[in-house]
Amino acid sequence: MEAITFEGTAKTPTVKFDSANGVFEIKGRSIPENSIEFYKPLVDWLDEYAKGPRDLTQVNVQLEYFNTSSSKCILDVFKKLETIHKGKNEVIINWYYEEDDEDMLEAGEDYESIIRVPFKMIEIVE
Amino acid sequence: MSFDINDYYFKLNSGDVLLAYKSSITSDLISNVLEVVEAKLDDLSEQAKVRKKVYNVLVESLQNLFHHNDELPDKLHDSFDPKFGVLVVSRVENNIYRISTGNFINSSKIKFLKDKIDKINSLSEEELKDMYKFILNHQKLSAKGGGGLGLVDIARKTGNKLEYSFDNYNNEYYFFNMEVIVS
Repeated sequence: MEAITFEGTAKTPTVKFDSANGVFEIKGRSIPENSIEFYKPLVDWLDEYAKGPRDLTQVNVQLEYFNTSSSKCILDVFKKLETIHKGKNEVIINWYYEEDDEDMLEAGEDYESIIRVPFKMIEIVE
Repeated sequence: MSFDINDYYFKLNSGDVLLAYKSSITSDLISNVLEVVEAKLDDLSEQAKVRKKVYNVLVESLQNLFHHNDELPDKLHDSFDPKFGVLVVSRVENNIYRISTGNFINSSKIKFLKDKIDKINSLSEEELKDMYKFILNHQKLSAKGGGGLGLVDIARKTGNKLEYSFDNYNNEYYFFNMEVIVS
């Protein structure tokens, strides 16, 4: 299947989900007023990917800001990953946060406590 | 006498104001405000932590105004732009900011909102975290994309109480204003 990619904007992140190597990336800002429009294609894409995932799927999430509207859609993305993980395929979510950004670290830990997928918290040191 | 918006706006505009706005809250306006405030915060070289918190709270405050603004009745349309809202961001002192927002609200919705804010204000840090996670995991997004998480997130990120008042405008409408300190 084709990779799905979006160029980042002032309110939406750069996205690249590549089924060929199982490396998925979400990077930048996610603060649209209506996040459903933005995330729906990603969730649909993941439904397809879940039918024949790679042995290992690595998900790199490096968000500078995200709003509460996006937080639910990000959870939906993670729930799809949880399904893949339950199907005995390895999934890891690398959650990046900037040095001293305790709010972003805590946001990652919130997801980690809800979603049964291994998380790795990675501090970006400048 | 009904609530005087101009007087209210004038009073908010005292001190070190980064940005003050009263008119329609649109998606483009939100983008512009965020850009302006972000640039000003950069110039002031505040701590990265405070800059991020101000930005986050501003995003949620503006999007609350955008999603929850009540349509005004016809007779108020002459005096106010559609989706009328007020936003003032001011600097209290180094690394301390005040974000004030205001909008019209139908009197029938006051109780729901007041109960929600009072509940949020009564919770400890740990309880707020639990409430956030519960809503995140159990409540569906509205068609407009609102998730009922904005106020909880603001309280959680600032660690401060949400100050608010409802001022009577006419029989049916009140003006809801909220102030939050980010530090």
